[in-house]
Amino acid sequence: MVSAKVIRGFLFASVCFLVSNGAVKAAGGVPVPQQDWTFSGVFGTFDRGELQRGFQVYKEVCAGCHSLNYISFRNLTDLGFKEEEIKVIAKEYEVEDGPNNDGDMFTRTAIPSDTWPAPYPNDNAARAGNNGALPPDLSLMVDARVGGADYLYALLSGYHEAPEGQEVAEGMYYNAYYPGHQIAMPSPLVDDGVEYGDGTKATINQQARDVSAFLAWATEPNMEQRKRMGVKVLIFLIVMTGLFYVSKRRIWADVH
Amino acid sequence: MSEPKFNNSLVRWIDHRLPIFTFMHHEMHEYPTPKNLNYWWNFGSLAGIVLVIMIMSGIVLAMHYTAHVDHAFQSVERIMRDVNYGWLVRYIHANGASFFFIVVYIHIFRGLYYGSYKAPRELLWMLGVVILILMMATAFMGYVLPWGQMSFWGATVITNLFSAIPLVGESIVTLLWGGFSVDNPTLNRFYALHYLLPFVIVGVVVLHIVALHRFGSNNPLGIDVRGNQDTISFHPYYTVKDAFGLGVFLILLSAVVFFLPNSMGHPDNYIPANPMVTPAHIVPEWYFLPFYAILRAVPDKLFGVLAMFAAIGVLFILPWLDRSPVRSATFRPIYKIMFWVFLVDCVALTWLGAKPAEGIYVVLSRLCTAYYFFHFIILLPALSIFETPKSLPKSISKPVLDPDGGGGGMIAVPAAPREKA
Ligand code: HEC
Ligand code: HEM
Repeated sequence: MVSAKVIRGFLFASVCFLVSNGAVKAAGGVPVPQQDWTFSGVFGTFDRGELQRGFQVYKEVCAGCHSLNYISFRNLTDLGFKEEEIKVIAKEYEVEDGPNNDGDMFTRTAIPSDTWPAPYPNDNAARAGNNGALPPDLSLMVDARVGGADYLYALLSGYHEAPEGQEVAEGMYYNAYYPGHQIAMPSPLVDDGVEYGDGTKATINQQARDVSAFLAWATEPNMEQRKRMGVKVLIFLIVMTGLFYVSKRRIWADVH
Repeated sequence: MSEPKFNNSLVRWIDHRLPIFTFMHHEMHEYPTPKNLNYWWNFGSLAGIVLVIMIMSGIVLAMHYTAHVDHAFQSVERIMRDVNYGWLVRYIHANGASFFFIVVYIHIFRGLYYGSYKAPRELLWMLGVVILILMMATAFMGYVLPWGQMSFWGATVITNLFSAIPLVGESIVTLLWGGFSVDNPTLNRFYALHYLLPFVIVGVVVLHIVALHRFGSNNPLGIDVRGNQDTISFHPYYTVKDAFGLGVFLILLSAVVFFLPNSMGHPDNYIPANPMVTPAHIVPEWYFLPFYAILRAVPDKLFGVLAMFAAIGVLFILPWLDRSPVRSATFRPIYKIMFWVFLVDCVALTWLGAKPAEGIYVVLSRLCTAYYFFHFIILLPALSIFETPKSLPKSISKPVLDPDGGGGGMIAVPAAPREKA
């Protein structure tokens, strides 16, 4: 049947295209091992417990150097926090506001609608505090790196002694997965560097995993909505296309 | 042609004064279409629908987008996070652009295979090439708008190409940039043009369709329609067939939009533009890769740019390069093989365009580029002389071979334009 052949051809071409595209991307850095994430796949969803632990790692470890500009306190409802809890979290922070009626800037405690406060007032201050290297904003990190969450996990758990013969410059650290293997970020994670409220053991790998999942959420807070809607849209379209196909066969039955 | 009868009196009243309903009846309902079109003929109407999808999603994006170097990246992220269903609109627009090119490239290769560019459809074909060029300009400028790293560096690399033109090159680049580097004025003019060009495309599409409806569609046999027995009315036969094709297309588009929305984009474009940091590899969008490969295959900058433009320009003169009177590759044994070789060459160029310009890739790019031009400039004119086509069927409804037919010369009867209503 012509139709089936054509469609199969088109599907095949699309798949080839997607695959070849993926290969191009992998050509950039070191290949990273694939992890099993709850949020990958068509029906993937975030694990709230994992997100909350990851948030804790970000808040207690990464936030000292990295901003998270596109996330507001109020977004934390997605992680399963109650509004009251979010108000409490926000209260721990001071943000600058103003100018007031006298024209002066002032500081006040944060409220849920504020964005996450950045650790440094500007890029220059951030560089000055980090040996000249700029800790990038983490809000889009999972989409902004080849390999996404797999790469983040590999990076954060990939600090080792430099292998024999590998020079590591002053103020740099050896990392198995960072392109070029020399990164200006010292290994941020240590075993039991945080104490998880749910009793999970805070190994380096566990923290790396949790914070990578958290950053996947921060990169695309709408991911669950997207996939849920996608399943419905696809079911609808497949039924609709099936009906079109049947109509087509009926209408064309008399054409010879 | 039958005069349509309208039941609704308001429709009759309007149509008497402004015959748009009669026009629509003739061009979209009764419009006689060869009855043997295969599914490759779906891609024309599909391209038109994708254009509409792009314009609709684009206008919604434009309501929330800010064309300023300090705000563009952030405004796109606001669309993704804070605008209701903004992520959906943007993913449709960004992936829709890729699908637009897939559809149009298939549409073009359909034309190459079945000789749809040959008389009397040369202008129809050339208008199509104009659409392709406008699409490329539009997509290129659209990709600059989110102002990520690839936006910025892609724009820098591509606009810099024009500096290779002798005498006026530098001035052209300054004009494109609106200054001395890719900066805010560049972003603003690209946004203005990105909003404008799709509507110019709509205009050219209208001309494309006017030219199409003059002689009607070509068909897989590549022979002219001989009479009513060869055609069926557009509606309901092709409307329902196109609807089915659209359904399949939407399934594929949705699969990507909802489940792999960033698979066709580059991760670096999620890093805000930074003129001080050059990405390790600057790669254009996949649909530019064959042309990018041709550009880099030529060692000289000016000639590289010329070759890149010539790669598209040669399509304009294709109807005069391929002089074979037989349209469809079905009846051209050698051309049929060479068509597939050419397709493989184009796929290879796409692949090479994404590879670093070093080592074996340079050699392969040069070979593939040479073959690209060889196909058009030497092979097609030569085939027109040396190839012996198979004998053609007498008509679409009687696809039996003509016993006296020896090939060639059989299209002697010129195609008749559709009669005026
Ligand atoms: C002491 C400050 C500091 C802390 C704490 C820190 N980072 Fe970094 N980070 C940096 C610096 C500096 C860079 C830039 C590295 C470079 O350019 O070589 C960086 C870079 C990164 C990158 C980008 C790597 C790339 O591919 O470009 C990621 C991802 C990252 N950090 C994640 C984290 C996470 C997650 C945490 C918390 C677990 C964290 N960082 C804690 C300073 C820090
Ligand atoms: C021929 C049709 C069109 C094509 C091929 C096209 C292509 C593109 C591409 C490739 C992008 C970059 C997407 C990304 O990576 O984020 C883009 C962005 C954009 N386009 Fe279009 N576009 C078309 C029509 C339009 C129209 C008609 C409008 C407005 C009326 C529009 C408005 C925008 C805006 C505001 C953006 C920036 C937002 C964003 O990057 O997502 N587009 N376009």
